[in-house]
Amino acid sequence: MPEIQGLGHSRKRVEDARFIRGRGNYVDDLKVPGMIYLDLVRSPLARAKIKSINSEKALEVPGVLAVLTGETLKEYDVHNMPTLMNEHQMVLPLDTVEYQFQEVAGVLATSRYAAADGVAAVEVDYEPLEPVVDPFKALEPDAPLIWPDRPKWADVPEEERSNHIWHWEKGDKEATDKAFEEAEVTVKENLYIPRLSAAAIETCGCVAKWDAVEGQLTLWMTTQAPHAIRTVFALVTAHLGLSEEKIRVISPDLGGGFGGKVYVYPGYVIAVAASIVTGSPVKWIEDRTENLGTNAFGRDYHITAELAGKKDGTLTALRIKTTADHGYVDAAANPLKWPAGLFNICTGSYDFKNAFVEVDGVYTNKPPGGIVYRCSFRVTEAVHTIERLADLMAHEVQMDPAEFRKKNFIKPEQFPYQSVLGWEYDSGNYAGALDLAMDMIGYDELRKEQAEKRERGEFMGIGISSFTEIVGAGPSHSFDIIGLKMFDSCELRVHPTGKVIARFGTKSQGQGHETTFAQIIAEELGIPADHIKIEEGDTDTAPYGLGTYASRSTPVAGAAGAMAARKVRDKAKKIAAHLLEVSEEDLEWEQGKFFVKGSPDQAKTIQEIAFAAYTDYPQGMEAGLEAVSYYDPPNLTYPFGSYICVVDIDRGTGEVKVRRFVAVDDCGIRINPMIVEGQIHGGLTMGFAPALLEEISYDENGNMYGSSFQDYLLPTSVETPKWETGTTVTPSPHHPQGLKGVGESATVGAPVAIVNAVVDALWHIGVRHVDIPMTPPKVWALLKEHGAALEQ
Amino acid sequence: MSNHHIRVTVNGDVQEADVDARLLLVHFIREDLNLTGTHIGCDTSHCGACTVLVNGTAIKSCTYFAVQADGAEVSTVEGLAQNGDLHPIQEGFREMHGLQCGFCTPGMMIASIALLEQNPNPTEDEIRWGISGNLCRCTGYINIVKAVQYAAEKMQE
Ligand code: FES
Ligand code: FES
Repeated sequence: MPEIQGLGHSRKRVEDARFIRGRGNYVDDLKVPGMIYLDLVRSPLARAKIKSINSEKALEVPGVLAVLTGETLKEYDVHNMPTLMNEHQMVLPLDTVEYQFQEVAGVLATSRYAAADGVAAVEVDYEPLEPVVDPFKALEPDAPLIWPDRPKWADVPEEERSNHIWHWEKGDKEATDKAFEEAEVTVKENLYIPRLSAAAIETCGCVAKWDAVEGQLTLWMTTQAPHAIRTVFALVTAHLGLSEEKIRVISPDLGGGFGGKVYVYPGYVIAVAASIVTGSPVKWIEDRTENLGTNAFGRDYHITAELAGKKDGTLTALRIKTTADHGYVDAAANPLKWPAGLFNICTGSYDFKNAFVEVDGVYTNKPPGGIVYRCSFRVTEAVHTIERLADLMAHEVQMDPAEFRKKNFIKPEQFPYQSVLGWEYDSGNYAGALDLAMDMIGYDELRKEQAEKRERGEFMGIGISSFTEIVGAGPSHSFDIIGLKMFDSCELRVHPTGKVIARFGTKSQGQGHETTFAQIIAEELGIPADHIKIEEGDTDTAPYGLGTYASRSTPVAGAAGAMAARKVRDKAKKIAAHLLEVSEEDLEWEQGKFFVKGSPDQAKTIQEIAFAAYTDYPQGMEAGLEAVSYYDPPNLTYPFGSYICVVDIDRGTGEVKVRRFVAVDDCGIRINPMIVEGQIHGGLTMGFAPALLEEISYDENGNMYGSSFQDYLLPTSVETPKWETGTTVTPSPHHPQGLKGVGESATVGAPVAIVNAVVDALWHIGVRHVDIPMTPPKVWALLKEHGAALEQ
Repeated sequence: MSNHHIRVTVNGDVQEADVDARLLLVHFIREDLNLTGTHIGCDTSHCGACTVLVNGTAIKSCTYFAVQADGAEVSTVEGLAQNGDLHPIQEGFREMHGLQCGFCTPGMMIASIALLEQNPNPTEDEIRWGISGNLCRCTGYINIVKAVQYAAEKMQE
């Protein structure tokens, strides 16, 4: 019998067997007989009226079969589609385009080369309109209305229409204002957290196969949430005769997701429509420019934040005002009640008595999105804000930033901790993580080194980020996506020989669920993980779940796995009692077997019990050994950590070099330390990237910068720092196995540590803040502005 | 468009085909030969997901025409394991947790093999430079470096 390999075991990954042999099953690997190809005509302009679309020349291109436009889709009433925020977005436009690279028409052809030729031959006559790029300008009274034909304006008088989408606030404004009036010290800063693209190495795509005879749609697509997607498709295509039981969404192997594969993009819908119209299976695969140019974005928050405190360094109040640029529609993938995500975690790791936060969502002529890039629903923005401001305040009251943090941390004995903005933090030991990080990096020595270097005119900085995450959405009382409560699920079946298949409502994109979910069950049942097969991603076979994003798989689906296993164990106990001819109360469980109390030799292994479940079960009991759990988490989980970063700044070039980076993470109990470590490495790299390299921006005409890897700079192995990781373990008190989730922590916590280090290096010359990405030209300009640049 | 007859040896098997002049090698490999382990991640030769060996040299097959490979020996990820035995680089990636989503992995392994061919005992920095034409979004590269070190040691045994 192989080893059990339950919790805490660095089990080698099951999925690697196929990936290292080139035998993965990604969507573009799929070939279906008779398959044709879809390619998309996209707008070169950020805002324009479409005067005409002429397909004649395209249809003459050898291999081109058809051209679909908004008018074609309108016949089927699928030219618009709902977003998860109860708005509509265009699938293909009828009148105007509202961002650069927006889909304008679809070309179907017998090969991808012919489809691309067809795209080049479609003639679109645009009348350029002035785009609105800046969200603050979009809010001005005379700003042009973006997408005036949007369905939501149908019954709204003209004077009530505007580019302002919603206002959201949390906290006690009056009490907070008062605390600011009474404060001994205040600090204030404007922060801009730029747009990012998830940029998984695999772009998005699908194969849609409509079978008119069976009325069956099979959709292989790059999705992190196949079940919710199927329901959305069923709801919006019911009038075409599609029915949920005959829609099968299959999410094959995904080449990374990071939130970018949660959304429904127009290309998927066009592919489905094209398959219905032509009767052929249709493949659509984005190229990289389409992916960067149109996929849902992350961040794009313009933040003004203020802290109030006492001269002794005690924090008293936090006040934040934010303008959120949502692009031309609100298509964020937030839980419905949370238009600004979980941004009200912005009080962070500190014990505040007063706080007030407000966010205004705004339309601009940019692609929609909002919640991608490993962000746990706007938590990165929250952490960036509070950790940046904490540093400013520490400097202001002339305290060491580490000491300052420790003074204000929520203390271990305060958990469960009720935050003033409405969250109940489950558990934490913030000082424990920070102390370990300081030990690992040799904090006091570094401060000495910094002082010496400063004497010599060398700029070195040390930055800290002590973040608190909020993941595992979420409890049904406040979390739903278009009404679907955010539970997750596991269906577990033990076969007669004691082997297991377990299916989940989630979908791995590299996290290694096939490996770790088996460990969760192995821990509970004592069946070796090698005997447990995990499946997810096929809506015909897997139980319903809300999918994998926002670090929710372990806290929610993982808990469902543990609960299903416990149900199986309950039944196994009854069978064991029957086999051993004792009563259930006389039995005790030891991983893998039940034995009679006081008589350990009288025992039945889980394998023996499984066999009996099919061959020798008690009279009146149903055969079989299986269970289902739909887990509604009682609370969110709150992973945390402390990161310390050391940077050296080149005064001649403005280059920021991350010399060391120590990351101490506490994500509760670790299922598989090797995989957790890998997640943290990747997460840190996606924290480093926006701090120094990545940014999507637009010129005043709405032309995008960053639409290829030429200028959207993913870190390579050369720039990426050599991460040093440390661990503390504070279990979640409400998760059945004490787990918390870890996928996003590092991306949430890392960028601001690097910013704090850079500002720390430049504080003495008068620099108080730098927005990310801290590129060499930006840093060099700062050095020059403060008379510290070396110009030789 | 001109059509050309090509003869390419892929993972030891001779393949003949008539191809368009503009057909990219990566599409020839993936779609004509159904060897889908070689991936596509960009359109600007930056990501390296498409890396294969042509006559022993690592190239980005998305930036290489199939006709250029006429008469050449091409190796892809599918040819790495011999008689069911994994290549040391494959073992290294598995043992060191050098992959997560697996999408960059075939290209990363091929680039690593080309590196080790030229430099059987690379330093960490040499490894980082050697794979710097290949992007990975998942791993942060540390474990990829360890995987290459593992393979280097194993190949010297
Ligand atoms: S596909 Fe990106 S370099 Fe070839
Ligand atoms: S493992 Fe996912 S891109 Fe490298």
